[in-house]
Amino acid sequence: MTLEEKVIKLIVDQLDVTKEQCVLEASFIDDLGADSLDIVELLMEMEEAFGVEIEDEELEKIVTIKDVIDFLKQKGVN
Amino acid sequence: MKRRVVVTGLGALTPLGNSVNQTWESAVTGKSGIGPITKFDSSSYKSQIAGEIKNFDAAQFVNKQELRRYDDFILYAIASSEMAMADAKLTIGPELSERTGVIIGSAIGGLSTIEEEFELLLNHNNPRKIPTFIVPAILANLASGNVSIRFGAKGPINCPVTACAAGTSAIGDAYKTIVYGDADIMITGGVEAAITRMAVGGFSAMRALSQRNDEPQKASRPFDKDRDGFVIAEGCGIIILEELSVALNRGARIYAELAGYGCTSDAYHVAAPPPGHEGAARSMRIAIKEAGLNPEDIDYINAHGTSTPLNDLYETQAINFLFGEHVKKLMVSSTKSMTGHMLGATGGVEAIFAVKSLHENIIPPTINLDNPGEECNLDYVPNVSRRKEINTAMSNTFGFGGVNAVLLFKKYSESQVSEE
Repeated sequence: MTLEEKVIKLIVDQLDVTKEQCVLEASFIDDLGADSLDIVELLMEMEEAFGVEIEDEELEKIVTIKDVIDFLKQKGVN
Repeated sequence: MKRRVVVTGLGALTPLGNSVNQTWESAVTGKSGIGPITKFDSSSYKSQIAGEIKNFDAAQFVNKQELRRYDDFILYAIASSEMAMADAKLTIGPELSERTGVIIGSAIGGLSTIEEEFELLLNHNNPRKIPTFIVPAILANLASGNVSIRFGAKGPINCPVTACAAGTSAIGDAYKTIVYGDADIMITGGVEAAITRMAVGGFSAMRALSQRNDEPQKASRPFDKDRDGFVIAEGCGIIILEELSVALNRGARIYAELAGYGCTSDAYHVAAPPPGHEGAARSMRIAIKEAGLNPEDIDYINAHGTSTPLNDLYETQAINFLFGEHVKKLMVSSTKSMTGHMLGATGGVEAIFAVKSLHENIIPPTINLDNPGEECNLDYVPNVSRRKEINTAMSNTFGFGGVNAVLLFKKYSESQVSEE
């Protein structure tokens, strides 16, 4: 499973959305019906799944699915 | 003239069924909803039985996100409110929004979430793993909060946390909110989902729970000589209250009128009622007076009747004291014999039993009443429901902290009974 597929699977498990809705440009709040608490919860799952730590300041920059993937890559996750 | 309040919608989840109809059907046929605890391994607990809600599919009412976020007590309140609103054929448009309020009581709130998440916290010793949703999942007023969000109810909101009287306190406060003119419609009742290790262990430690583990369906036996404590249960009962003219204008079906509410305190002990239970008698008297009635006008009382040695004796004494000779004509039953004690939900569900008994002219029984206990001398409608035309029905609930809350429902008729 690629990083992208893993991230999208986590999102589908957590939010009330389908895989098809999870295009890279999708905004968590505007397109996927999440609120700020959902995003925090999702990133906690990502921390757990990929063994990284996400600081609160970094969290604020995350808007789309692509932002999450870029961020994880930056942290050295493949 | 006093604003009148009527009941126009009912919704429930109980150990007897996942709707008002199923619950009522089971109650009038004298079924027990009690069984062995399945929610956790209770083998080391003194009490191993409970009235659990069975086969409830929350996904019928909420999406996946909500399912993850909410404690069961919130899910039960949302589902029961949906059923009550559908039953009332009510949608809250912009014109009603600010005149519609929500008061749903709960004794404890999200206890199972507290216990599970605290266990994880202790095991991992990592506060970063505390979920984002924990606070809004456990706060007792988040049943009301989520229901108000769901239906766009922007009027008064509250959550009485008056232990086992919470549902009745909620309905009583909702009634007054309409009488005072602060709202025209109220979504109200009680909810509880606390069949947990801490609750079962805690009530057991107080010697409050039945230990008749080998005969679960016979364990809740209010007013019986062999009663040995209450059976913990969960549930939710939600009713829709409307100011009479609002209900009439929209052609709503009216189940009954809520005509009186009495609330007093024992000022005696945190958990035990006093001998004679004078506060209970006073609450009933206040509710009757507020309805412009006399004790002789009361046909049926859905008793608190917990199946504990003290409650059933002292509640009986209070009823004898207040009603005197009229007790010969008065029916008193405890539906907890079938549902178990749903704690903060009990007032909501038993208000529904009182309303249904008025609407259907059937009195649900007190099951497992084989030999009445000492001094238990009332007509408890033992074991078999009774078909009888009635005009008034009260619901008694009493809670730790000395709370005595009583609702009085009567058959709706156009003419207003004149008040003194």
